[in-house]
Amino acid sequence: MGRNLLIATVIGACVGSTAQSDVALNIGYLSVFEPQPPTLSNLDPEPADIGLAGALTGLSDNATTGRFLGHTYTLTDVILQEGDDPLAAAADLFAETRFLIVDAPAETLLAIADLPQAQDALLFNATAGDVDLRRDGCRANVLHTVTSDAMRTDALAQIFVKRRWDDLVMITGTHPQDVAYADAMRASLTKFGLALSGEKTWAFDADMRRAAAQEVPLFTQELGDYDVLVVADELHDFGRYILYNTWQARPVAGSEGLTAVTWSPVIEQWGAAQLQSRFEEAHSRDMTSQDYAAWAAMRTLGEAVTRTDAADVQTLRDYILSDDFELAGFKGRPLTYRDWNGQLRQPIAIAHPRALVAQAPLEGFLHQTNELDTLGLDRPESNCEAFE
Amino acid sequence: MIRTATLICGLLVSPVWAGEIWVTNEKDDTVSIISTETLEVIQTYPTGERPRGITFSKDYSVVYICASDSDAVQVMDPNTGEILHDLPSGEDPEQFVLHPNDRHLYIANEDDAITTVVDTETRRVIAQIDVGVEPEGMAVSPDGKIAITTSETTNMAHWIDTETQELFANTLVDSRPRHAEFVAEGTQLWVSSEIGGTITIFDVADQSEIGKIDFEVQGVHPDRVQPVGFEFTADEKTAFVALGPSNHVAVVNAETFEVEDYILVGRRVWHMDFNGDKTQLFTTNGVSGDVTVIDVASRTAVKTIKVGRFPWGAAYRPTE
Repeated sequence: MGRNLLIATVIGACVGSTAQSDVALNIGYLSVFEPQPPTLSNLDPEPADIGLAGALTGLSDNATTGRFLGHTYTLTDVILQEGDDPLAAAADLFAETRFLIVDAPAETLLAIADLPQAQDALLFNATAGDVDLRRDGCRANVLHTVTSDAMRTDALAQIFVKRRWDDLVMITGTHPQDVAYADAMRASLTKFGLALSGEKTWAFDADMRRAAAQEVPLFTQELGDYDVLVVADELHDFGRYILYNTWQARPVAGSEGLTAVTWSPVIEQWGAAQLQSRFEEAHSRDMTSQDYAAWAAMRTLGEAVTRTDAADVQTLRDYILSDDFELAGFKGRPLTYRDWNGQLRQPIAIAHPRALVAQAPLEGFLHQTNELDTLGLDRPESNCEAFE
Repeated sequence: MIRTATLICGLLVSPVWAGEIWVTNEKDDTVSIISTETLEVIQTYPTGERPRGITFSKDYSVVYICASDSDAVQVMDPNTGEILHDLPSGEDPEQFVLHPNDRHLYIANEDDAITTVVDTETRRVIAQIDVGVEPEGMAVSPDGKIAITTSETTNMAHWIDTETQELFANTLVDSRPRHAEFVAEGTQLWVSSEIGGTITIFDVADQSEIGKIDFEVQGVHPDRVQPVGFEFTADEKTAFVALGPSNHVAVVNAETFEVEDYILVGRRVWHMDFNGDKTQLFTTNGVSGDVTVIDVASRTAVKTIKVGRFPWGAAYRPTE
């Protein structure tokens, strides 16, 4: 278990006349070890500091603002290795702070949120896209800065409708994450009046780096003709070998090809170029969705402290869920939280690896209160009761 | 007979105000020069990378251009388009303001959370001031005593004492402040907040908030109504406010802080400047790559002029 206390140094004294009462906020960051099944390609190893790097950039943003107000921020990060007990680590962290950013699978996140020590704490889910965490599995003490699978698949469904790509087929992997993504995709297609005309499961065990060219055309031939091939391959195992190897010359979307993501290095509008370059300079790599979610959690707390001049859970949580809260998240609109399930409302990037194609919600997808609520679980669709 | 008289009068008056609007094209690395008489682009000059902020010296003999990705403020001869020299600017200069002394440029260094003060004569940096994250909006009071930097992620207006080059106050505003202007003989400071969707008005004497303006464009979601650049008419009774991706310019009564009108312009309207007698307003429309000309008296858009890619800043210079 690696453990660090990072204090964002306050450069210079408090400058100016508006320094208010001193407020200090310590924020915990817990990364739980999750074994990853092997994938066919080793091209994209996951950065060791994924998520944490985003939290650190958020910490530094908060600290720069805080020094004008007499607010200080610290981050205690705990990165678990294989065999470490996440609940014990979380309990230790709760002895130090009431605010915890969590990088963990859904079950572990819920177990942490249900700890007695967590009951008067505020947790941020910065990793798990599971729709259930925003529905039956919601918790009053958990906010979600990472987008749900449903938000991402709704974004893709919107562009399918917009482009009139209405004949869709899907290939799904066998991992639970693949199945969950495919479920979310089916629900999104239904929501926007679309349907799949064919589905297949990817259960090959051949090494596709050698055989893709031979196997994929035959495999996809059975799907007949269609407009778009959706790939549910959330572990990025086989999807990369589908592109340009399909029987029909058609675009690929979903986990590969045209993707809908929380964040992408290709976002440069809305001032995002600044966040990207700040992140790249500090961490020598591109900012990922997980980094963005941790950054947004850190900035949510920073924004709440800045505006309320407080550091207690009750005041900050109330403010974050109120109409007064807004986070400038480099996505062109203020980001706010859904007060029915704690999900951060946000535009979704629809991108390929070289450019942003569109940003959902797409023009024309209207909503009675907020167009951003056309993405993911809207108030009537979420049966979460913890926030009532 | 009367008609002839008016015509002659018009002919006589207009040359006095002959001039140009200079527009920086952020993604073309050029400036486009528009004649305020013919309303056409009459010249295009190359600049450094990613030109954004643009302003003239008081006698219009040189033009300063923030070449953000070249990490320099370029000094150009406006008569030839020749780059005379670069000024040290700190990293990623985005926007700046020229002090009334015609010497000191206050420059926002967007990537570095710093405001740099450069002496344009000695070409030396005379101060660097730590400000909030992503400084952008810059203003200086008419008496030259106060300079303002707004920081987009820290959401503050930072008040700089230009004698000591130190901060003496920091005031919170709504999310992503973009632009600041002193008005009413320097007694008020206006700050626009892009994501917050508001303009906050401060009393300069004690930095207290005295008003806030909200905007509402019919048929556009409030989230997309994003105030950025703004300018005042000659009598300072009216403000024109660019509302970004809502593609409208708001007309605000600067005495009551009420919005009186909305004018449809090009896409993602950003900054603006007037012609010489302030009868016409030129807005830069980033996404549509054009400039809208607004007739100030009738508050209507009268012409669209194609310029380069992503026009950003605008500055007027008289030519006669």
